[in-house]
Amino acid sequence: MAKTEPGPHNFIFGDYAPAPESADHFKIKKSYDLFIGGKWVKAPKQFETTNPATGEVIAKVGEAGKKEVGQAVKAARKAFEGEWGQLSGAERGKYLFRIARLIQERSRELAVVESMDCGKPIRESRDIDIPLVAAHFFYHAGWADKLDYAFPGAKPKPLGVVGQVIPWNFPLLMAAWKIAPALACGNTVVLKPAETTPLTALKLAEIFEDAGLPAGTVNIVTGAGETGQAVIEHSDVDKVAFTGSTAVGKAIRRAVAGTDKKFTLELGGKAANIVFEDAPINEAVEGIINGIFFNQGHVCCAGSRLFVQESIADKVIKKLKKRMETLIVGNPLDKNTDIGAINSTEQLARIKALVNVGKKEGACIWQPEGNLPRKGNWFKPTLFTECAQSHQIVQEEIFGPVLAIQTFRTPQEALDKANNTPYGLSGGVWTDKGSKVFKMTTGLNAGVVWANTFNKFDPTSPFGGYKESGIGREGGVHGLAVYLNF
Amino acid sequence: MMIKKTYKLFIGGKFPRTESGRILDVRGKNGELLANASWASRKDFREAVVAARKASGGWAKASAYLKGQILYRIAEMLEGRRAQFVAELVSQGLPAAKGEQDVSKAIDLLVHYAGWSDKYQALFSSVNPVASSHFNFSAPEPTGVVGIVAPKRGSLPELVSALAPVIVGGNTAVILAGENGLTAISFAEVLATSDVPAGVVNILTGHRDELIPEFAKHMDVNAVLLCSNDKAEKKLVDLESAENLKRVSHQKDAPLKESPYHIFDFQETKTTWHPIGV
Repeated sequence: MAKTEPGPHNFIFGDYAPAPESADHFKIKKSYDLFIGGKWVKAPKQFETTNPATGEVIAKVGEAGKKEVGQAVKAARKAFEGEWGQLSGAERGKYLFRIARLIQERSRELAVVESMDCGKPIRESRDIDIPLVAAHFFYHAGWADKLDYAFPGAKPKPLGVVGQVIPWNFPLLMAAWKIAPALACGNTVVLKPAETTPLTALKLAEIFEDAGLPAGTVNIVTGAGETGQAVIEHSDVDKVAFTGSTAVGKAIRRAVAGTDKKFTLELGGKAANIVFEDAPINEAVEGIINGIFFNQGHVCCAGSRLFVQESIADKVIKKLKKRMETLIVGNPLDKNTDIGAINSTEQLARIKALVNVGKKEGACIWQPEGNLPRKGNWFKPTLFTECAQSHQIVQEEIFGPVLAIQTFRTPQEALDKANNTPYGLSGGVWTDKGSKVFKMTTGLNAGVVWANTFNKFDPTSPFGGYKESGIGREGGVHGLAVYLNF
Repeated sequence: MMIKKTYKLFIGGKFPRTESGRILDVRGKNGELLANASWASRKDFREAVVAARKASGGWAKASAYLKGQILYRIAEMLEGRRAQFVAELVSQGLPAAKGEQDVSKAIDLLVHYAGWSDKYQALFSSVNPVASSHFNFSAPEPTGVVGIVAPKRGSLPELVSALAPVIVGGNTAVILAGENGLTAISFAEVLATSDVPAGVVNILTGHRDELIPEFAKHMDVNAVLLCSNDKAEKKLVDLESAENLKRVSHQKDAPLKESPYHIFDFQETKTTWHPIGV
């Protein structure tokens, strides 16, 4: 039973009876091969994928080298010039609808595997990630035969073979964001999932098989950075799509320099979440919590910089701390869990290093009391006050559950501080005054702005960054443009 | 004796000489001196970017109606000076008929894009029917400061077809004019008398191999429109623009076709969410 007064607790099951989601109703194979040309192809090497909450190995997966990537591109080219490329838009759409349905049917399994492989709370994979995956295929299915209406006068044509490299924070959702529009627009795909989270993409390949998707239409090549590089650099790839860090994004931009390859980049962010004194405070506090602690803060659009109007700063920070004391950190498969495991030991080390820099630079750290689980990768929800614009924790993306708090007096000061970053992915505004909402949302240099809400996603809603947060949009009509030639 | 014009640069609404003191010796087909035009330096380019950035906020916020009227005003001013432009093009070796044709084409382009000023937003925006209880819409915003490397042949359609879609979309521009660039500087006189705010358009004359790398490298330039058929130029711009992820639009070394999609090339899509409720 939950205590009425929150206070120090052992994060894992401290105050709640465990309510774990079971993993006994489906099968995870001990070993997965590569999915190339509609067949499962053995890779020369394999690597292990582990559960970040326990450190236990879940399965071995193939590591695609240049040769296997070459086979995958060849299979994709063959499908583009063959069966898939010759289908009408309406027929392509039917495959996507069918895939959406199969995802819905296997959603419980996909949610559990996602939480095991990635570390995210089952509440999120079950209620957010997987439903959005199905919705993405369903939405794009309907576009396949209507592309001429999306771009009047432009006579859109597919690009050909698309190489896609995706991150570990929303493994299956990012696969859907990439694959669904590419297929709706008539392209074929070679997808490289993240090294630490390959399993749901391989489950998706099973779904493609069950859907009877023509061989080679989508090829899944697992591996690490080198595999991704082989996909990006392959000369027969017409377009590359990448979601990940800004540093890698810039390297990809350089890799495609001077070629005719098109590209989209969804990169890092350091979103400002701006709270005015006339905001509904309790909703704002929930929005701040969701903004930074959703998915352990492994979110490119996370509201990692909080700007609170000076007059209410003490009140908001007090409420935030109280709320943070109630957050449950622990077993991702437990339905009570608010914050799951940090995805990898590397990421945990990076978060720790940046938090240490924050302390050294003079910001004031606060974390709720309580013990973290001994095994696995964990980090407490953390906030910093007394932050300056020049602090590294204010400038750099931490990609973890760490919030940097600053104050402001006027709307213009908030905008100036919020926009003082090379990033421009997202932002948030909290106020009850409509005209102030629009002053702020139009003034923020960011591709997605949430007013009186945060971290909402939908397949109909274009997502993507200004400035160094990326190039191109995903979702909505705008997301189709990057998979078509005009 | 006829008074000849001094051709200078166009930066921040003024006509300064290049700070470098270098000249481009521009001659007509019989070898007569047409102008000692300015050979712009990297510093001139940086000054132009500062001017373009300064003008950026105001121009982006100017109403679509006003921007449309200003583009139309440029067309009016150009029409009024048609004879001067034809004569200038002829002096640079164009047949008179072609000169007439080029000026007409440039005027038509300006009128065409003037009309887009309050319409492209409707074409490139959307109200998104999200499944949750939110009002959600996406609308274009200007990318910011755009560096334009105009087609090499320095006549008017080349210049205007690259410039008009950039500025009608609320961006400010720094242009490297085509070869010899005299027409571009005379066009700046048209801009200067058309209520185009200072700094919205800045025009440099100079050498491509010296200035193109600066366009691509400058950290306060948000996008580059490169009109080039040269593989090495294209690769260089791609590589150097990676550092701040400039948006790069590669176009042929020729006048751009009229298209609202050229406006869209220099727009960022912003999506806004708000809950529906009380």
